[in-house]
Amino acid sequence: MSYIYRQTMQIIISNASPDPIYEQIARQMKRQIIDGALPEGAPLPSIRRLAKDLEVSVITTKRVYEELEKDGFIDAVAGKGTFVAARSEEFLHEMKRKLVEETLADAVMNARMLGIPAEEVHEMIRLLWEDEP
Amino acid sequence: MNDNAIEIQGLGKRFGDFALKDVSFSLPRGYVMGLIGPNGAGKTTIAKLVMNLIRRDTGTIRVFGKDNVAAEVEVRARIGFVYDEPCFYDDANLEQHARAIAPLYPGWKQSRCERLADRFGVPPRKKFKALSHGMKRKLALVLALSHDADLLILDEPTSGLDPLFRRDLLDCLADVLQDEGKSVLFSTHIVSDLERVADYVTFLNQGQILFSLDKEELAENWAIIKGDESVVAAVEECDRRGIRKSRYGVEVLTCNVGSARKLLGADAVVERASLEDIMVLMTQQEDRHAA
Repeated sequence: MSYIYRQTMQIIISNASPDPIYEQIARQMKRQIIDGALPEGAPLPSIRRLAKDLEVSVITTKRVYEELEKDGFIDAVAGKGTFVAARSEEFLHEMKRKLVEETLADAVMNARMLGIPAEEVHEMIRLLWEDEP
Repeated sequence: MNDNAIEIQGLGKRFGDFALKDVSFSLPRGYVMGLIGPNGAGKTTIAKLVMNLIRRDTGTIRVFGKDNVAAEVEVRARIGFVYDEPCFYDDANLEQHARAIAPLYPGWKQSRCERLADRFGVPPRKKFKALSHGMKRKLALVLALSHDADLLILDEPTSGLDPLFRRDLLDCLADVLQDEGKSVLFSTHIVSDLERVADYVTFLNQGQILFSLDKEELAENWAIIKGDESVVAAVEECDRRGIRKSRYGVEVLTCNVGSARKLLGADAVVERASLEDIMVLMTQQEDRHAA
């Protein structure tokens, strides 16, 4: 069973990152659920198994699972384990929007701080959009 | 139902000029607690008190919900203990030690003992006194891990061991912890060993507890802020846990990084505080108060 995770779930923890480890793990798992790398119904390792594999403490992976469950990404089934939750297209789309929104929020904050007007930012986004293949 | 592996309340012990004062903490079942602090902070004293190797002056210690003195035999059989100082027979080898202690533990597993000895590379037939320092510690670990203990108390288990073996040991502990009934109390001053694996951290200095917190709380709210004198003002006094000043700048350890961030804006350098940072900054401040 653990073979499946090694194939599909990728988690990289950076000690240099200012973000707490639980956040790094949660973000990467959410991303992989949103983009479909972890499909609906896929079994996830137990909290203790994941802690061992990532060499982090149990309390950290416990918190990750609690957060993912609260946000509707995974379901804990008593006695069976934890699985990627069933999600509607609407939910997925909303989550994808949220991911993009987060990075845009940073950009907007920077623009505000540096005094760049909204129109210019819109123009930048338009240009970037057309640039990318 | 009480679900703490260890529960300590108001523990006190005095000998000579050292005193353990009003120590209270609990370790929930299924987790790892790191007991950190400088040499002489009282880590070994706590470990010995839990094992009832020395008599406490005040307070209570409950292990699996039972008084550790009243239920001493039962409690000890469920604990795997690695002492800070070796306490083995010089002229006996691993096999002989195993044979001597196996009857004391209902959960003893000879096959596990042999597997661990092999994994750790401990020669089964070499006399204890002929082993290197590191090998002696490994022998102690093999014995402590071989009786399916519900609680491991490891007092400086990694001192004198190289990073490769320390890694292997942590991996071994993670294996033990796959069973959610198992708990570990791990005392060390090599705090990097605990950085990842500990769920709770209890910091002891000069016989007193400075904090006992889960690591997520530490990761979320504690940080080091670097800058000029203004960062000192930005961290409210009640949130300040340590200061280090140099000619070129100031570092402040805060336990409420959220409020400091609001006051400081985007310019401040805020870094995650490692356990080592925390230990150094907090004891420096203590020393200054003491002086």
